[in-house]
Amino acid sequence: MSQPETVKLINAFGSPFGHRAEAALCVKGVPYELILEDLGSKSELLLKHNPVHKFVPVLLHGDRAVAESIVIIEYIDEAFEGPPLLPADPHGRAEARFWAQFIDHKFSRPFWLSFWMEDGPRKEAFVKEAKENLALLEGQIKGRRFFGGDDIGLVDIAAGGLARWVGVFEEVAGVRVMSDEEFPDLCQWAERYVSHESVNKCLPSRGELVALYSSWKEMYMQVAKVKFSS
Amino acid sequence: MAGEKRKGLQLLDFWVSPFGQRCRIALDEKALPYEYLEQDLGNKSELLIRSNPVHKKIPVLVHDGRPVCESLIIVQYIDEAFSSSSSLLPSDPYARAQARFWADYIDKKVYDCGTRLWKTKGEPQQQARKEMVEILKTLEGALGDKPYFGGDEFGFVDVAFVPFTAWFLTYERFGEISVEKECPKLAAWAKRCGERESVKKNLSPPEKVYEFIATLKKKFGIE
Repeated sequence: MSQPETVKLINAFGSPFGHRAEAALCVKGVPYELILEDLGSKSELLLKHNPVHKFVPVLLHGDRAVAESIVIIEYIDEAFEGPPLLPADPHGRAEARFWAQFIDHKFSRPFWLSFWMEDGPRKEAFVKEAKENLALLEGQIKGRRFFGGDDIGLVDIAAGGLARWVGVFEEVAGVRVMSDEEFPDLCQWAERYVSHESVNKCLPSRGELVALYSSWKEMYMQVAKVKFSS
Repeated sequence: MAGEKRKGLQLLDFWVSPFGQRCRIALDEKALPYEYLEQDLGNKSELLIRSNPVHKKIPVLVHDGRPVCESLIIVQYIDEAFSSSSSLLPSDPYARAQARFWADYIDKKVYDCGTRLWKTKGEPQQQARKEMVEILKTLEGALGDKPYFGGDEFGFVDVAFVPFTAWFLTYERFGEISVEKECPKLAAWAKRCGERESVKKNLSPPEKVYEFIATLKKKFGIE
């Protein structure tokens, strides 16, 4: 068997999307080199390998570049040996993809606006929307250790942001969205996720993330103000 | 739910939906018989709400009583559940990742920008026009000189994008974009795909799409 090709991951410190790719690599047991990007001044490497979106994460496997975090997770699952991140049966796979897509499409915007908008009825509407989406996930995790069953899978990794970043944003913004009173099963899942030995290796600490996002708080609030000023 | 599970394939759909058409094309490419169930989106059926409680949207594929939602997920499901017939996705993981990347790009960009083209006027419409040209040129770049997005064979990305070719006429008339002029290779690809039975059978005639949108515009009071 020939030498395994090098695996590199272009990420930016603190990115929940980048974390998805790292978590998938760690769960699969794939050694990789981490390249941290300064998103304020994007490198030639990033722009060359993700010219369409210019975002992190980007996975470099030999001479191949894969962009978009959910696409990267499926690539890692298919290109490398290791514990499967998706079930074997087609219906189970469709279910997993559905929930990963739900998380990808339905969480970013209402959560971001819940945290960084000025107080008022519109912010409250986004908090309500965020909680409705959380309630759907709460329903999915009930009675299960992980969304993937006994072990971490695609949906757990897609939801990783909820396990660590939501708590961070809640602290920095002073807004509570995912309480354990309202979402007990989801909060317990979050604990299991962040303590998982594979995830633990590549998860930034809460303290580090609080420091990072505190420094960006003003900027985020300004952006939210501008977006919703009219 | 009481009662026996229905056997076979049903597709809950809406005639002009490009997302639904992706599924119809995939089913025909795989030569899979199915029951087409047109949905009234103004008065959603109990079957639709029960089959897609999260989004309450079409398309939904019901296979032996079990629903699958989201058009690209449905297409992948069809490919995996009926793997003995010709594949829509390539077997190589990197080629699969490329296919998923471009299908995701199409999903993120085309419908939303297309909607803004016919729904807005003035500055927002100008912006939408500029964006649509950029989107189409990016897709044309991804196609390159290949006959299909996947290479020599009609595949996943072609299925993802081809229903939108029926909307080119609408984009042209309401948005003043000529796909033929801006992206000749893409226009040629659209024509090539249009010769396939599955596409011929399932795409809405462009004039019908145009009429549909014209009616919607009147309904929304957009001159």
